Amino acid sequence: MSVDFAIVGAGPAGMAAATLAAELGLDTLLLDEQGGPGGQIYRAIDRTHAEASNPSPLGADYLAGRSLVADFRASGANYRPATTVWHVDPDGALSVVSDGVSETITARRVLLATGAIERPLPLPGWTLPGVMTVGAAQILLKTADIVPDGRTVLAGQGPLLYLAAMQLARAGAPPAALLETTPHENYHAAARRLGSAWAGRRALAKGLGWQLALRRAGIPVRHDVRGLRALGRDRVERVVWDGGEIAVDYLLLHEGVIPNTQISLALQLTHDWDTAQLCWRPVVDEWGRTSLPNIAIAGDGAGIAGADAAILSGRMAALGLAAALGRIGEADRDRRARPIRAALALEQGFRPFLDSLYRPAPSVLAPPEDDTIVCRCEEVTAGQIRRGVRLGAPGPNQLKAFTRCGMGPCQGRVCGPIVSAVIAEARGIPIADVGTYRPRAPYKPVTVGALAGLGAAK
Amino acid sequence: MFRLRPEVPAATIVVEVEGRSLRVPEGASAAAAILLSGLASIRDTPVGGSPRAPFCMMGVCFDCLAEIDGVPNRQSCMVVARSGMRIRRQRGARNIDPAEAPGELPSFPIPESRSGGA
Amino acid sequence: MAEFDAIVIGGGLVGAAIAYGLARAGIAAAIIDEGDIAFRASRGNFGLVWVQSKGLGAPHYQRWTRLSAEEWPALARELGERTGISVGLEQPGGLQLCLSGKELEKRHAMMKQMRREAGNFGFEYRMLDHTELAEILPGLGSSVAGASWTPYDGHANSLNLLHALHKGFIERGGAYLPNRTVTEASAAPHDFRLQLGGEMITAPKVVLAAGLGNAKLAPLFGLSAPVRPQRGQILVTERTHRIWSLPLGSLRQTQEGTIMLGSSEEDVGFDTAQKPEIMRNIARRAVLSFPWIAQLQIVRAWAALRVMPPDGLPIYDQSEEFPGAFTANCHSGVTLAGAHANAFAPMVAAGALDPVMAPFSAKRFDVPAQA
Repeated sequence: MSVDFAIVGAGPAGMAAATLAAELGLDTLLLDEQGGPGGQIYRAIDRTHAEASNPSPLGADYLAGRSLVADFRASGANYRPATTVWHVDPDGALSVVSDGVSETITARRVLLATGAIERPLPLPGWTLPGVMTVGAAQILLKTADIVPDGRTVLAGQGPLLYLAAMQLARAGAPPAALLETTPHENYHAAARRLGSAWAGRRALAKGLGWQLALRRAGIPVRHDVRGLRALGRDRVERVVWDGGEIAVDYLLLHEGVIPNTQISLALQLTHDWDTAQLCWRPVVDEWGRTSLPNIAIAGDGAGIAGADAAILSGRMAALGLAAALGRIGEADRDRRARPIRAALALEQGFRPFLDSLYRPAPSVLAPPEDDTIVCRCEEVTAGQIRRGVRLGAPGPNQLKAFTRCGMGPCQGRVCGPIVSAVIAEARGIPIADVGTYRPRAPYKPVTVGALAGLGAAK
Repeated sequence: MFRLRPEVPAATIVVEVEGRSLRVPEGASAAAAILLSGLASIRDTPVGGSPRAPFCMMGVCFDCLAEIDGVPNRQSCMVVARSGMRIRRQRGARNIDPAEAPGELPSFPIPESRSGGA
Repeated sequence: MAEFDAIVIGGGLVGAAIAYGLARAGIAAAIIDEGDIAFRASRGNFGLVWVQSKGLGAPHYQRWTRLSAEEWPALARELGERTGISVGLEQPGGLQLCLSGKELEKRHAMMKQMRREAGNFGFEYRMLDHTELAEILPGLGSSVAGASWTPYDGHANSLNLLHALHKGFIERGGAYLPNRTVTEASAAPHDFRLQLGGEMITAPKVVLAAGLGNAKLAPLFGLSAPVRPQRGQILVTERTHRIWSLPLGSLRQTQEGTIMLGSSEEDVGFDTAQKPEIMRNIARRAVLSFPWIAQLQIVRAWAALRVMPPDGLPIYDQSEEFPGAFTANCHSGVTLAGAHANAFAPMVAAGALDPVMAPFSAKRFDVPAQA
């Protein structure tokens, strides 16, 4: 199969890009491994039955995703759900698998719109059953209308922490407590960015509204929480921190989100270490173009800016490609881009404030205790990584060879950021100089049979 | 344990988790079914034998690996529960039966052996 | 300016094995190694300790490989005892499957020639047909015509081997200097000064074991190492219970239970990108060999560059212009680890390669090819 424009990821960036691209006459295909559109933020938006009599606990922002999906469905873009991309060739060929059958799709341009993942929060005991991410709880609410049964505590920081607490409370499962880890130093740093705060005043007001609502609901919030650890034998039973503890059935973690760079790193695109967001991000121009001519990136996968910014950057990518392929003239492209750029500037204007307010403490990036598991898959601890560094392993890839850290099924998705931070701290150099794993295909497992059948006549 | 929101009149299907039948909402993942069943963990890690349960619910962490309808190592958060689905604990390494016919494979020519001087 | 008794340029399987042998002999040695992102054939290999196809038309290579396989158990035991790391050596013999009558014939001819060329040294092998194979390999595919078997083959955990060699080297007083490249070198007989960016190190002996980097380095030391990259790709499946006790040439099961699938050869320069068509071909041969493999998930795969001399045979050499400079180049760093640690390193320690190594010299490329 051959198309003009193949988009990986049906979240806000991917859907917006596909919609506009199709409207501009590009032969467009949107692929996503989930069975329905929406990415994670609008996950399962199709199944949400919200009426006035039964308002969804997920809130109006979530429901806004419906119009995005409707526009996409009306655009004429092709859509292949439940399809996993397991290899992207630098020249734009995709190897995909769906229901055990693999095929090659060639595209003149590929847009990666794979969004963000939760920043890993490696606290002692984080691998215990019952410890999950805040995002996981939201996904369960969105996809299955289920909530934790028992004492649930949320720990971490960021807007999503408050949003999720509100959603759980409205869904009849109010958390027993919120343990906010925002270091008090962050308030001083954030206070110096009032201009940025002003740019995001609506979002700020919304966040404050959530905090007030939580207080009214009687959900206790502890601030400047340090030294978090999860304790329990076969599952989490207690959460302890400096100066406090609480019995729990579920501990939900969140320290913000970071770009999902699995495919962009596999393609060896140029990445920078973002010192404000403390994450790796691929280098892109305003049209989403990367260091490879046929590969573009839009949305949170290029840097965290939220769903609305993702929609805008998806549209910029579509405009950029339409002009590059001659569907529209450059003047037309620039005319259409002007309002999008302006809106994007507003969205991005809020980031410096958010990024400084919710900057993770150093212990979130590099867990101080040697016993803490870093690689969940292969159960490699921070201490083992530090020992590997002392043995001379200069970076994550050599360390992988020595400790098996990063060789498990998640292919370093979860441990990657932690490993880079631990190595940097152990060697006394900036994370930017340490580098990352080099992920490889298959990006997700594919059977030997599906691979053998690639290109075979049916 | 997770529970269904009582306010929501969800259409449900019946699946089996470790031999126990339970009702789960249509569209829920196999991981959601595991959490609804009250099972403390769905697998033990191959390295240390530590108990694990779903963690991220979005296909990133691979902690939710379970045996679904006889096939092990499936990310249960990425599998939509279907009526009659059998979800079981992952038990160590896969126990494949070499004698079992794998089913129809498309035909293809024998690629050249390229092992050279290996 | 740091002084050593010997400097080994390259910390892969070849350099680490030689350096380990030197350190064990009481020689104050340093390993110079690149950083985290490097071609590093040692991180991409299959893990075979493979004998049966080595040295066709080159009996000296056949014997060197056999020697290495014989040294391997002692090396493995010693590394295990000294470092606590098990390199997982198993030498149960090996099978190379043939997927057609033609492949089988070719293989049989090869085995016969290996035996002829081995002369009094001997070369034991057997050819098995499909029926005999099916008795020892469950679920064997109907496409498999037969296989060659020798008792000499085996496999090991190559990452553990690299780790153990490094650990053993450091524990014997070796100095490991990563993140460095040789920016300048000045060579004189038994006197080598290497500039590594801002620092300089010197030694009366230097061993070039830098893999693909040797090609550029060698002339600085009066040596020649015309090696080129050859890409190979490998697939790794999920863990299963133990199915095979023997390595099967292009397929092997690791001690953890994963199954590794190879092999491939591509001449693409310094390009470590993966190619789905090649991965597909590897998968196809695996499925033809064992249909049940189709169900297994591939959880990991990679492409790496073999260090390939022009005729595929190792290059071992000592500099005539600058005595004290040596080089080791091969694409079988796992198989030859035994020889490198226990035979080559002692030669370097003694100051000269044994005359038996002469056929491995790069001088062989100077003469016109024999008719």
